[in-house]
Amino acid sequence: MTQVLDPAPPPPLVGGPRPPGFGVDRVFRVLALLAGLFVLVVLVCIIGVLLDSSLEWLRFEGFGSLFSLEWEPENAKFGAGAMALMTLIVSALALVIAVPISVGIALFVTEIAPRRARLPIVFVIDLLAAIPSVVFGLWMLRQLSKPLSGIYADVHAAVAGVPVLGDLLGDPSASGLSIMTAGIVVGIMITPIVTAITREVFATCPPAQKEASLALGATRWEMIRGAVFPHSRSGVVAAVIIGFGRAVGETIAVALVIGASQRLTGNLLAPGDTLASVVANQFGEASGVWRSALIGFGLVLLVITIVIGIAARSVLRRSNRRLGIV
Amino acid sequence: MAAPTLPADSLLQPRAGTGLRRFRSGLASGLIVGAFVLAAVPLVALVYYIAREGLKVMSWEFLTTDLPFAQRSLEGGIYPAIVGTVVITLGATLIAVPLGVMGGIYLNEYGRRSRFAALVRFLAEILTGVPSIVMGLFIYTFWVLPRGASGFSAFAGSLALGALMLPVVIRTSEEMLKLVPHELREGSLALGSRKSRTIRTVVLPHAAPGIVSGSLLAVARAAGETAPLLFVIGATNLVNWDWLSGSNTALSVQIFGNASAPFVPAQERAFGAALTLILIVFLATALARIVTVVYTRRVSGS
Amino acid sequence: MTPESDMTPAATAGDTISPVDPTPTPVRPPEVPAEPASVPGREVVFNLSGVEIFYGEARAVTDVDLDIARNEISAFIGPSGCGKTTVLRSLNRMHDLTPGARVAGTITYHGEDLYGPKVDAAEVRRRIGMVFQKPNPFPKSIFDNIAYGPRINGVRKRAALEGIVEQALTRAALWGEVKDKLKSSALSLSGGQAQRLCIARALAVDPDVLLMDEPCSALDPIATARIEDLMEELKETLTIVIVTHNMQQAARVSDRTAFYTAEPDEAGRRVGKLVEYDATATIFTKPSDPRTEGYITGRFG
Repeated sequence: MTQVLDPAPPPPLVGGPRPPGFGVDRVFRVLALLAGLFVLVVLVCIIGVLLDSSLEWLRFEGFGSLFSLEWEPENAKFGAGAMALMTLIVSALALVIAVPISVGIALFVTEIAPRRARLPIVFVIDLLAAIPSVVFGLWMLRQLSKPLSGIYADVHAAVAGVPVLGDLLGDPSASGLSIMTAGIVVGIMITPIVTAITREVFATCPPAQKEASLALGATRWEMIRGAVFPHSRSGVVAAVIIGFGRAVGETIAVALVIGASQRLTGNLLAPGDTLASVVANQFGEASGVWRSALIGFGLVLLVITIVIGIAARSVLRRSNRRLGIV
Repeated sequence: MAAPTLPADSLLQPRAGTGLRRFRSGLASGLIVGAFVLAAVPLVALVYYIAREGLKVMSWEFLTTDLPFAQRSLEGGIYPAIVGTVVITLGATLIAVPLGVMGGIYLNEYGRRSRFAALVRFLAEILTGVPSIVMGLFIYTFWVLPRGASGFSAFAGSLALGALMLPVVIRTSEEMLKLVPHELREGSLALGSRKSRTIRTVVLPHAAPGIVSGSLLAVARAAGETAPLLFVIGATNLVNWDWLSGSNTALSVQIFGNASAPFVPAQERAFGAALTLILIVFLATALARIVTVVYTRRVSGS
Repeated sequence: MTPESDMTPAATAGDTISPVDPTPTPVRPPEVPAEPASVPGREVVFNLSGVEIFYGEARAVTDVDLDIARNEISAFIGPSGCGKTTVLRSLNRMHDLTPGARVAGTITYHGEDLYGPKVDAAEVRRRIGMVFQKPNPFPKSIFDNIAYGPRINGVRKRAALEGIVEQALTRAALWGEVKDKLKSSALSLSGGQAQRLCIARALAVDPDVLLMDEPCSALDPIATARIEDLMEELKETLTIVIVTHNMQQAARVSDRTAFYTAEPDEAGRRVGKLVEYDATATIFTKPSDPRTEGYITGRFG
């Protein structure tokens, strides 16, 4: 073996040529920071630009126009109230449809389906999420609105005269285009996102708790009710909130099937319009205060989105804290 | 039937009320399976219907001819819309993916648990929920309106779609970077590699398949978007490959415009366009899935 | 006051060979056993004085004073949580990567302040290589793993890289086993091979020091023996500092051993500290601190 003892110490650390890559390192760091900053810039720009452009509308009738139920652009009446309420109705209908189905699918995937079946099921739900809104609208409009109008007529006949229900399910529109139809299509469309979140929540339920429940002689359903649900309550609430946010913003499918009537109605089987769908249908022809009002609708939607984002976050955080203690 | 012959303390002897409990559990299981079927039905029904109607008009000519000037015209195809969708979506990818990956790198490699990183994470979450129509209104007022008639372009559409994709890519990138083992970073840094070099040569290659897969999903979603494009790309019947200027069109916009038209040829064109769009979207989704599966196999196989 | 200077009179001898001494002391061949002293008559690579390391507000290690001699193997031993790895990672500035981690006191490297404002951490890590507890080959080919370091430092020519790769693998005693499959994935190697690959990867940038953080804890006895033989060869050209939880290993391979332990401070938090540092033979036969003796005899039974 060669003895390679080097008596001379290595060159000093400081003072030699700077090793390569120092400048690149700095530039890269700044670029990454700028990319992070960009998200902030985009969001601030969206808020600023939309607010600026909707001021004309807000000044036109004052903030009262936010709540006024009258939308008649030809008569210079630009109330957002009717569309805002119908947006809530459509979203509520969508949740009524989507939440039970989503929870069911999530339980199916996490608790019932054999391990090998899970991936294909998740893939199917992924595909459902991938179908564009406009295709959902086309399908609903062309294939289902006619048969639905028949069903609506039957339902209406069955509940006619019943208080409240008779009013909610009033005279159906002949075309089948209605708030209910919009609620159904939005319900189908938000199912994948609600499923994805609830599935994640269910999957975090500790196996030990589930096994403890089964070891006490619980049936599968009792185990789900006793171990999985209590663990996941706030996670499911967050999923519902996020699903609601998506429903509120759903535009194109709703624009195709809701029937475009801006008069407020309590009849779910009659046509309506939502904040988003009215923008899609009318923005092309709008100008002046009218256009400003539609941009204002966008601002309202944005505010709702932000509020929902904050709400979902705080619910999730609370649940995480609770679970952290357990 | 066998129950009466069993001794009362037999393990096989069901306890009182077990029948009801079992029935309840079975019913619940049935409902849960039913929920899945209920979700699969619309998917199958929709795809079947669109495929059936779309195939009626589908032909090589349909895919490669310009749009007709009149909606009721029997002639014409959807070529300009395909070109528009491709140009706009690729453009959006070009904008959103580099920015999003850098954003993910900031969050996971630099910002980490800092307050600003937490803020960016939160804002990205908010941005994910912003309705696509709002993005359309934003780009219209911010980009198109100040430029007048020349503001309409595929580029404006790419801006709107890019803004929608950005938070998704950021999130995917951060999640995938999180999965890169810390030992690899240390191994590289201990050799005298600088942080940026470590990120570029060790961390990113390791996370790349996941980022590609997530980005492909974002691209698939973006390709199907209608609302952000309605007011920002203008309208045309002719092919326009130019990303930066000139009005354009897209499959989704053509479907929306033709769907409620009273003319049968227009409706047929909508179905043909819908079939084409679904194929593009599914292809991207399946590709994303394949990338994930192949990658998982490669990693777990080693 | 450090335990070392309290108990070993030789500690003062360590101070006499000041690291800033301009005249390099002649290096004695390592076969000649050193006197039981800190590092008398040997060239000092690292000098740690009053070193304390913090994670955020929490003090992880305190009161570390020692010299690391050139062309020797120094071992850090002690119970888990005693800060031996923490000290090791301060020697090539790996703590820079942990948010909130901070090194107080002074650490000099060949007489230069390792944490000086103008010192480039990347250059420090190039000269002071590190081998980790778990082998961490990059998910690249064997060749690309070894060539990674040279490429960073600007070696582009294929022929030059091939030479470096062969030399590094040879020094790490791995060349014979992998020379026919340089293009296959480094992840296909066994644990012991992967660890030698990581050593070769560190050697490829021609470091002056090799820090080894429990390099054999994930390996079987045969692979461990190979690494230990390798260390013995490498110390001809390198200075090695090894953290190990295996006292027999420290006794087998090291020239000098530092024993750390963790003791509660005023606030009741456990803080690591250096108890004793001496020639390995001394530490294992007649330690001067009862805590060292307790640990060693307790472990040996």
